[in-house]
Amino acid sequence: MELFIYGITNSVTLALIALGFSLTFGISGVANFAYGAFYLLGGILTWVFMNQIGIPYFLSAIISIGMVGLFGFFLYWGLMLRLRGLAVNEVIATLATAIVIIEVLRYLGFSGFTYVLPEFIKGSVQIGKSWVDYQRIFLVGIGIGLIIFLYLFTHKTKIGLSFRAISQNERTAISLGIDSDWTAALSLSFGSALAVVAGLVILPLGSIDTQIGYDILLSALAVGIVGGLESVPGILVASLILGFGQIVVATFFKAQWQTVVTLAAIVIILAVKPSGIFGKYKELEERV
Amino acid sequence: MAEAIKYRKERIDRGIKARSDTIYMLSSYRELLYLLLPRILPISFLLLVPLWVGGGYWGKVIFYSCTFALLALSWDLLASVGLISLGQALFFGVGSYVAGGFNYYLKWPIFLTIPVATLGGALICTLLLIPVLRLRGVYFSMVTLILPLLFDHLIETLEILGGTHGLLSLSPFPNHWLADYIAIGAVILCLFGFRRLLHEDYGFVLRGIREDDRVVMAGGINIYWYKAQTIFLSAAVGCFAGALMTHYYQFVGRSAFALDNTILPLAGVVLGGSGNFAGSVLGTFILVPLSEALRALGGLRMALYSLILITALAILPEGLFHYFERKYHQFERLVSV
Amino acid sequence: MPEEVILRVENLTKRFGGVVAVDQVSFELRRGEFLGLIGPNGSGKTTLINLITGFVKPTSGRIYYLNQDITHKPPYHIACLGVARSFQMVRAFHKLPAFKNLIVPLYSPRVRKLGGGKYGERDDMAIDLLDDFGFERDSFVPYKPAGSLPHGYLKRLDLARCMALRPDLLILDELFSGMTMSEVAATLPLIEKFNREGLTIIMVEHRLKELFRVAHRVIVLNFGKKIADGPPKEAMAQEEVQRAYLGTESEG
Repeated sequence: MELFIYGITNSVTLALIALGFSLTFGISGVANFAYGAFYLLGGILTWVFMNQIGIPYFLSAIISIGMVGLFGFFLYWGLMLRLRGLAVNEVIATLATAIVIIEVLRYLGFSGFTYVLPEFIKGSVQIGKSWVDYQRIFLVGIGIGLIIFLYLFTHKTKIGLSFRAISQNERTAISLGIDSDWTAALSLSFGSALAVVAGLVILPLGSIDTQIGYDILLSALAVGIVGGLESVPGILVASLILGFGQIVVATFFKAQWQTVVTLAAIVIILAVKPSGIFGKYKELEERV
Repeated sequence: MAEAIKYRKERIDRGIKARSDTIYMLSSYRELLYLLLPRILPISFLLLVPLWVGGGYWGKVIFYSCTFALLALSWDLLASVGLISLGQALFFGVGSYVAGGFNYYLKWPIFLTIPVATLGGALICTLLLIPVLRLRGVYFSMVTLILPLLFDHLIETLEILGGTHGLLSLSPFPNHWLADYIAIGAVILCLFGFRRLLHEDYGFVLRGIREDDRVVMAGGINIYWYKAQTIFLSAAVGCFAGALMTHYYQFVGRSAFALDNTILPLAGVVLGGSGNFAGSVLGTFILVPLSEALRALGGLRMALYSLILITALAILPEGLFHYFERKYHQFERLVSV
Repeated sequence: MPEEVILRVENLTKRFGGVVAVDQVSFELRRGEFLGLIGPNGSGKTTLINLITGFVKPTSGRIYYLNQDITHKPPYHIACLGVARSFQMVRAFHKLPAFKNLIVPLYSPRVRKLGGGKYGERDDMAIDLLDDFGFERDSFVPYKPAGSLPHGYLKRLDLARCMALRPDLLILDELFSGMTMSEVAATLPLIEKFNREGLTIIMVEHRLKELFRVAHRVIVLNFGKKIADGPPKEAMAQEEVQRAYLGTESEG
């Protein structure tokens, strides 16, 4: 039973992380490799506001979500916009930004057990024979809620729909009056904010370590590759597979073998169906 | 009321460029020199600098610069066919471990391990990357980014191939001059070789694939085969660099797959300018000594390379080399409009 | 004496989500025919071409070229079999000189096998070829970057690119769109000549007057369906075709 619960938690965690990444990519066409860095940055900013400046938790959270969102927006305006069209450089620029953020934070010493974010709800409940933290349940709840929210947002609201329009056919979207630069910048900032939200929910389960900046990106990419970047069902399924796979391996073998699961999954998918479980093989038909 | 005179910048080829463009009609030594100087200068620099510097610390720096230059050249080759790699560390790491592994476990001598690492490593990398060739470009970047990180984790957790400690006491080069000149020779070979390649018919096919692969396919060319060939060649150069470093250090460890080995060459290419191969060499030969000089900063150096990369992208996207080339070939003046 | 059938399309259908772009289209093409493919905008002509040349995979149906099943073959394989196509939106290598644009087809396995191009010869072959299409050999035009050429030249460059492949079947997608009258007048006889020399041609066009002068046969598409197939005059006389192009009387 415990296995199941940890498996679900892990899967939802992965799904949360991967969805944020995939969303920005699917929508603006920009693969934001600074995703993990924003996740980390959000967590650290919140910690700093709370513990060094003394702002209460929820306010800190909101401020850091806002700040990172804003940062994502300006990242787009300041940097990406100049490089638009040179797909080459977009990818490199986001990765370079990620590294600057992560390494500077590492240099400033933000690693270790003192950096912990508070749980939303303390205590645990007994399900069956085992104890489960409320935080984990909260996580699953938020995760599912976020997924539903994202679906509704991109399918029902004006902004969300314009996001999707841009990703499907930019020229048409522009001719319909959607400002693609503005929208792309918005979607990047939205994706960044999502990264922070995911971080705030997941980080309390452990402590903050700058290495997370890379690991989170790794997870997001892995889930994206296995499940198919543009497909939400694919990501969900891949999260389940990887999530449970990792927990199973950690329980029955050694904890560090989790990465083997990830690598094996990627290699298998690449060999069998490179575009991912539900990946759409659109490559060829896209651009004729 | 007088109208404000507007000016615009006009770029015109220098006289000497126009005169020397048709190589069959060189009419003066000056024109000959104009053409040869840009080639002779770097070659003589590269060949002479180890002698000037001697061994020791700066000798090592020259060697490092060469290995990173090789990685940068290999990146630029991939970029020429439209593949943006975020994982030169993959090639470097695979080459390092193949060379180190054969040397450590099978006691193969250095003149065997290096070729085997170059070709075998290239084969492994190509096989790993072939599946993503048919997918969108970003998948290639993602997979090249993720594979070295995963291999790093694997080696650490499974304790294979030396695990966290790595493989030690590997065979060295007979003397450091040999190592230096092999590295330099490789750089010169790849630099001028790749430039030549891109101006051959084969190279134009590659450029075509980069610009518009549908048209290339309509012309009867199997783009995936050519991409695979390019990956193989690029991986070979990267694996070669890894193998060299392994035997220079007499050690191979997890650090071979580290992100540093991707970012430093990448920053070098962006700084020096991609697309002309000379920029790659220029950029790395600036950054590597710089990074050695800033040793004290430790991990912050990665942030520095990335910052330089971003700044170069924002301010001088064409890269230093192209900038110098332009100045060499053209002059600017303000013309009234 | 019946010429051999070189292209056979059977019940070809392509769906994009809910939209049926090509709907159960079937026809046969004989060697040496000049087929015009016409229809109102959005009737599926370009999709049909993409299907035949392998750029798009059909939802159902089969395509046979020279009695080989090419339904799911990749574009480069089909091109190497001798099927060349031009592109509706001009696609050229803009940064490369015009003649270098032809290096790619000259480098293909097909042309190399058919005996063209040893090392170093392709440049000259390209210049020669372009000369036939109005790029004067002795002028600087073939050497200009393709992106700097005017539209009409680019279209002819596309045509030259196709012919560089030494095709048996040439498919032209709105070659004349954007060309001036004089450019059309210069290019049409060229195409006619190729056809007389044995090249099978499928031509998608909106400039019907010019097309009907050279096409032996015409297929009309509307909403993805084939609604007429025969000599131009006959096909155009059909009521359904007139309705497709001009609308019904009450809309007139």
